[in-house]
Amino acid sequence: MGRKLLTEHINVEGIDTFEVYRKHGGYRSVEKAIKTMTPDEVVEEVKKSGLRGRGGAGFPTGMKWSFLAKPEGVPRYLVCNADESEPGTFKDRQLMSKLPHLLIEGMITSSYALGANTSYIYIRGELLYVLRILEKAIAEAYANGFLGKNILGSGYDLDLHVHPGGGAYICGEETALLESLEGKRGNPRNKPPFPAVQGLYARPTVVNNVESIAAVVPIINEGGDEYAKIGVGRSTGTKLFSACGHLNKPGIYEIELGLPVEEFIYSDEYCGGIWKGRNLKAVVAGGSSVPILPTELILKTAAGENRLMTYESLSDGGFVTGTMLGSGGFIAMDETTCIVRNTWNFSRFYHHESCGQCSPCREGTGWLEKVLHRLEHGHGHMEDIDLLVSVAKQIEGNTICPLGEAAAWPVAAAVRHFRDEFEWHVTHAKQAAQPGAVFPGKAVLV
Amino acid sequence: METTAVKPQFSEAAQAEIKRLLTHYPDERRKSALLPVLHIAQAEFGGWVSPEVQDLVAATLGLKPIEVYEVSSFYTMFNLKPVGKHVLEICRTGPCMLRGSDELTAHLERITGAKVGGPASEDGLFTLKEVECLAACGFAPIVQVREKYYEQLDTPEAVDAMLTELRNQVHRPALPWEETGLPNALANN
Repeated sequence: MGRKLLTEHINVEGIDTFEVYRKHGGYRSVEKAIKTMTPDEVVEEVKKSGLRGRGGAGFPTGMKWSFLAKPEGVPRYLVCNADESEPGTFKDRQLMSKLPHLLIEGMITSSYALGANTSYIYIRGELLYVLRILEKAIAEAYANGFLGKNILGSGYDLDLHVHPGGGAYICGEETALLESLEGKRGNPRNKPPFPAVQGLYARPTVVNNVESIAAVVPIINEGGDEYAKIGVGRSTGTKLFSACGHLNKPGIYEIELGLPVEEFIYSDEYCGGIWKGRNLKAVVAGGSSVPILPTELILKTAAGENRLMTYESLSDGGFVTGTMLGSGGFIAMDETTCIVRNTWNFSRFYHHESCGQCSPCREGTGWLEKVLHRLEHGHGHMEDIDLLVSVAKQIEGNTICPLGEAAAWPVAAAVRHFRDEFEWHVTHAKQAAQPGAVFPGKAVLV
Repeated sequence: METTAVKPQFSEAAQAEIKRLLTHYPDERRKSALLPVLHIAQAEFGGWVSPEVQDLVAATLGLKPIEVYEVSSFYTMFNLKPVGKHVLEICRTGPCMLRGSDELTAHLERITGAKVGGPASEDGLFTLKEVECLAACGFAPIVQVREKYYEQLDTPEAVDAMLTELRNQVHRPALPWEETGLPNALANN
């Protein structure tokens, strides 16, 4: 059983209230940071912890913080990215709705480190009910002197607000999020300038994922070095995985990075194996945008080593035989799953969510959806399969923001690992177009 | 379409809430309150934002109407056409599809009589809308109605329980700033 740094008390009755949260050690990191540490010392601890951005990119949080410009007399902002919308990912919703004070505590400690006096939590609009929970908890934090003027008598002031989005996946991209927070369409900005220099209201801004901010709490409580002892290599600490799809026990699991993927899927402590006694066919390990892997490659690397739940092990083999840890949205598919249908579904998602700013993404995602739709519905041609790869390649790297890659990678990976199933959709078009049709396996093509 | 001559107005409770929200942003950045105010407007005026309501939002925040239109049309949560009393937003993305969202949509179309993307059911109670990932994939399939998530709708019983609950709602649930009661305008919907 691994350590639970974030979710240890998640099932405690009343833990969403200030009183109970405080009784379980809540807000200690704020006291420790504000009373005994300088802001730079807090940043230093986060650097030492090796914490990497939990939203998907995996960029070291402490380093991101150290890029923040600090011109004299100019306000700077911390914005929490709670726009969780990468398909397969639902950890932040759980964390915020059950442990609202953990995020608020992390926001206070982190804002202190960055010298921000106003901070925002940008939450996706669909989660208005979670916004209500956060607002209630924020009011409690104000009432108890942890927010507002002169926190704990230190002279440090902080206001914290929650801001809802309006339904747009693209606002999870940090510059689109800032546009949205300014009351505009969520079109990602050209970079540079980066938000660390010109972010919200053209002021220096740090944008961090909910789970990253929450992780600052145990890092400050226990020290960066202690946190870094957990995990393997550059994958330090614990990580929340959102397990979904065809699993016996879907849900949120906090694991110590380094757990074998096989144990995560099959152990009763975690996902409890594949539902209905079926076999596993494929896994999307880090949210819908990362490459899909067939069972043999998700359980073991191409070199035959056990695949571990770490940034490095999941990406071992690059995109030829590996994938990415991403956001930790872990989608398992059983043997009856149609890979073409699933890929079409994801492409429809990215087409729907493209902001339309860059032609390769706006047009390319539409092409991907259309071609996959006709393959899935029995009207595909053999050359469509290479057409998909070609369109994906032309989107990749040619857009302002990474939504282009997010749309291209899953298609390219599905064709890479399941080309025979795509071919079967052409050679057995009528059969494959039947609802619930199951690809019988490679044998039929021989 | 029949239009009313009376210009829409925010209820007093909503006006107070908007005033509170405006304190969250720098004075010269009132536009930041646009998305939260659009959510309030949609809740106040029957689940959608008509051009008149969007003009009201613009006037309230001191924006040009186009600044509101271009935003309301970008974000999927804002309904730009009249809707039924309850808008059922069915998640259709991968993880929900793996757990039966296509079957759920077909089932809801059968029993409500409404069609996804079409007008409300004949009794005016239900509008069906397919949406992308709602970030609750481990509890699939999912339907969102206003601020509530209905999860694990993989049996007819679970769907019936949701529909019964909605049919029994005389008014939508009150929002935190409506402690003194729902706005008068809601008496009609």
